[in-house]
Amino acid sequence: MILDGKTPSGPLPEKWDKRKQEMKLVSPANKRKYRIIVVGTGLAGASAAATLGELGYNVESFCFQDTPRRGHSIAAQGGVNAAKNYPNDGDSIYRLFLDTVKGGDFRARESNVYRLAQVSGSVIDQAVAQGVPFARDYAGYLDNRSFGGAQVSRTFYARGQTGQQLLLGAFGSLMRQIRVGSVKLHPRTEMLDLVVVNGEAKGITVRDLVTGEVSSHAADAVCLCTGGYTNVFYLSTNAAGSNVTATYRAFKKGALFANPCFTQIHPTCIPVTGDHQSKLTLMSESLRNDGRVWVPKTKGDSRAPGDIPETDRDYFLERKYPAFGNLAPRDISSRAAKEVCDEGRGVGPGGRGVYLDFANAIGRLGEGTIRERYGNLFEMYGQITAENAYQQPMRIYPAPHYAMGGLWVDYNLESTIPGLFVLGEANFSDHGANRLGASALMQGLADGYFIISYTIANYLARATPGAVTTNHAEFLKSREDVACFTSKLLAINGKRTVNEFHRELGRLMWENVGMARSEASLKSALSLIPRLRAEFWENVKVTGTGTELNQELEKAGRVADFLEFGELMALDALHRNESCGGHFRVEYEMPDGEAKRDDENYCYVAAWEFKGVDKAPELHKEPLTFENVKLAVRSYK
Amino acid sequence: MNLTLYVWRQKGPKDAGRLVRYEAKDVSPDMSFLEMLDLVNEGLVRKGDDPIAFDHDCREGICGMCAQVINGIPQGPQKKTTVCQLHMRHFKNGDTIYIEPLRARAFPVIRDLVVDRGSLDKIIQSGGYISAHTGGVPDGNAILIPKDDADRAMDAAECIGCGACVAACPNGSAMLFTAAKVTQLATLPQGRTEAARRVCVMTEEMLGQGFGNCGNHYECQAVCPKDIKVQFIAKLNREFIKARLK
Repeated sequence: MILDGKTPSGPLPEKWDKRKQEMKLVSPANKRKYRIIVVGTGLAGASAAATLGELGYNVESFCFQDTPRRGHSIAAQGGVNAAKNYPNDGDSIYRLFLDTVKGGDFRARESNVYRLAQVSGSVIDQAVAQGVPFARDYAGYLDNRSFGGAQVSRTFYARGQTGQQLLLGAFGSLMRQIRVGSVKLHPRTEMLDLVVVNGEAKGITVRDLVTGEVSSHAADAVCLCTGGYTNVFYLSTNAAGSNVTATYRAFKKGALFANPCFTQIHPTCIPVTGDHQSKLTLMSESLRNDGRVWVPKTKGDSRAPGDIPETDRDYFLERKYPAFGNLAPRDISSRAAKEVCDEGRGVGPGGRGVYLDFANAIGRLGEGTIRERYGNLFEMYGQITAENAYQQPMRIYPAPHYAMGGLWVDYNLESTIPGLFVLGEANFSDHGANRLGASALMQGLADGYFIISYTIANYLARATPGAVTTNHAEFLKSREDVACFTSKLLAINGKRTVNEFHRELGRLMWENVGMARSEASLKSALSLIPRLRAEFWENVKVTGTGTELNQELEKAGRVADFLEFGELMALDALHRNESCGGHFRVEYEMPDGEAKRDDENYCYVAAWEFKGVDKAPELHKEPLTFENVKLAVRSYK
Repeated sequence: MNLTLYVWRQKGPKDAGRLVRYEAKDVSPDMSFLEMLDLVNEGLVRKGDDPIAFDHDCREGICGMCAQVINGIPQGPQKKTTVCQLHMRHFKNGDTIYIEPLRARAFPVIRDLVVDRGSLDKIIQSGGYISAHTGGVPDGNAILIPKDDADRAMDAAECIGCGACVAACPNGSAMLFTAAKVTQLATLPQGRTEAARRVCVMTEEMLGQGFGNCGNHYECQAVCPKDIKVQFIAKLNREFIKARLK
């Protein structure tokens, strides 16, 4: 299979305009004849559904939560990037593009990233128009702060709840379209299969989570906006319901999965406290604007943090990366934290933690200013740890947070299945091997507000509206498959709970496919995962029936997919014999411990094709060519 | 620690429902309330019993999904805290805890602790937004907003739509929820154009959905995990009177 990224020719700044001019349109009178399914209602899904509805398409919006306002984008804290250059500090579209390509360790598609930087400003304008209450200065202008991997202040924020405010903005627009009747909402409904007819995506099969009813929905195109998969690690900063099911089942129907091993481990999360834990909580990266990261200089220094004098502290990020200091990119900061903990200098119970200290900033700016900037985060930290971070440093440790990998898409956000579009975190396209802070919100909204509306029309203009109905044999088969999968899970009636399997998979993934990966650890994962999967299908216990609200059944289906997907991740990580961004192979490191990329052999997108469970997937490569930036060793020193 | 729980079990909307006693053993003080329920549920599943159904998602206090009533208080006894952020260190060994769904006419029970809060979405659908079409909007800095107004709008915008305010209100009113959205949008210049219509249709929709009216009990503010203030209800009332006198 030849993977054609469909990047427009011509100079980088003109590519998107050129593509917009080339693409076909659907006339206003014809739009209502087309039906579009949008799965997921986070930033990408809500913005896409609302925008497509405004344009006059018939949109069906699906989410598994009780209301679309709960998509996990809501938990994003720190901010959203845009190349507005309001502070006059040297930012530009080109610089945001460059920072993002470099931050992704040169494993993203240049043209996509440039377009993202181009439309970033419109995202802010749109949010302001919707009434998103961004932080303002005393003159009434929008305020900015800086984030990791950038030397300019381009991050817009709404206290520590930027994701919430942006999502509620998109949610408002979506609600408006529901009222108008252009969007039909299906809450508490989970997509369990993609229906492909004559090689094109023509609908989905879903389960009503309240009644258990399995039904199909036909459409002229399908958009998956279903987020990332780091819950494969069990403990992550994702919501409990975040899962890989929608994208993985599309993969099983022929969509290629790109770079599944590129997962982001976020450096600033509250450390694990015990086996009971169901999730890890992020402390926004924005805290590193004012917080300083350190550990004691000597191993086993058990003094309270306040009793350790300056001379006995190692501010290791400032020491190793003086140019970026505490705002070094996430992959680099996470590895540095792991390194000092591996040396035995970690703090807190179990020694897996580093300090994030605000004493200096409080001394300089006063507690009031810090409270205004991060009050809600300090409160959240206090609730979880029972510690007061105004008086003692926070303890933080890296945790799985974001998936750069996702379904492969071309420049038009279309997957290898025509008519199947993938937006936001669910696709792979913009962040390479490491995402910079405040770029996820930017991408989700750019895809949903400003890109899909153009590119989907180009596909639809060539399709006959309503060509397929749910009576088609493929839909019938899809419903049977889903019902059969459910009955199979319920019939096992084994001894171990779904959570036990998920926890075991998570531990296995974290130890072997986590922050530091080796050939041996990956091979061990590849032998352990199939065994655990086999045990799951023999010994899992799912209570209740399929015809009622059954949360154990919901979890079981998602964990079943993680048990296959984990293997794909490990395989991808094993094949990529280099270190880049969040993918760190211990065999490939520079003398100073930094990631050692291999541009000669691995400067490509690895896109995997499903060949059957327990069969090796087939690798396809999309070579990455960099015409506008020079491939270089990433340096933040 | 060990706890005795009385949990509301209800198979479906037509089932009468009842409190059922469970023993929660070996609960760690570092657990969140939901993790304590996870522990109880794992025990139930192992015995082949139906686990307790409850809504939850982000588990970091922002999605608003997990609201339930603990010892008679929606979102539990800890001030300004959602159930998922309530930790077991606030209970002690031997405590008895009563756990029930949010109760309100506009929130029918689906199962156990899971209720249908779709009525809140209906209020937003009626007009809880600024009708800005995607594209064609002015530059973000073309609209200057005094910092105090931006901060006030943000205070109101923090609502997570959990519905605790409704369950706490003797009238089952969604006035705090509605007022928070009305205030956020009416405080910002972008939202003024539609302000008069918005406050009227949202209030009407609220009553139409089976929510009661405000009786100034302030129970809503007392339980709100995001500390949304009843002053916003006064703002809604002012906006409402202004709109009606127009």
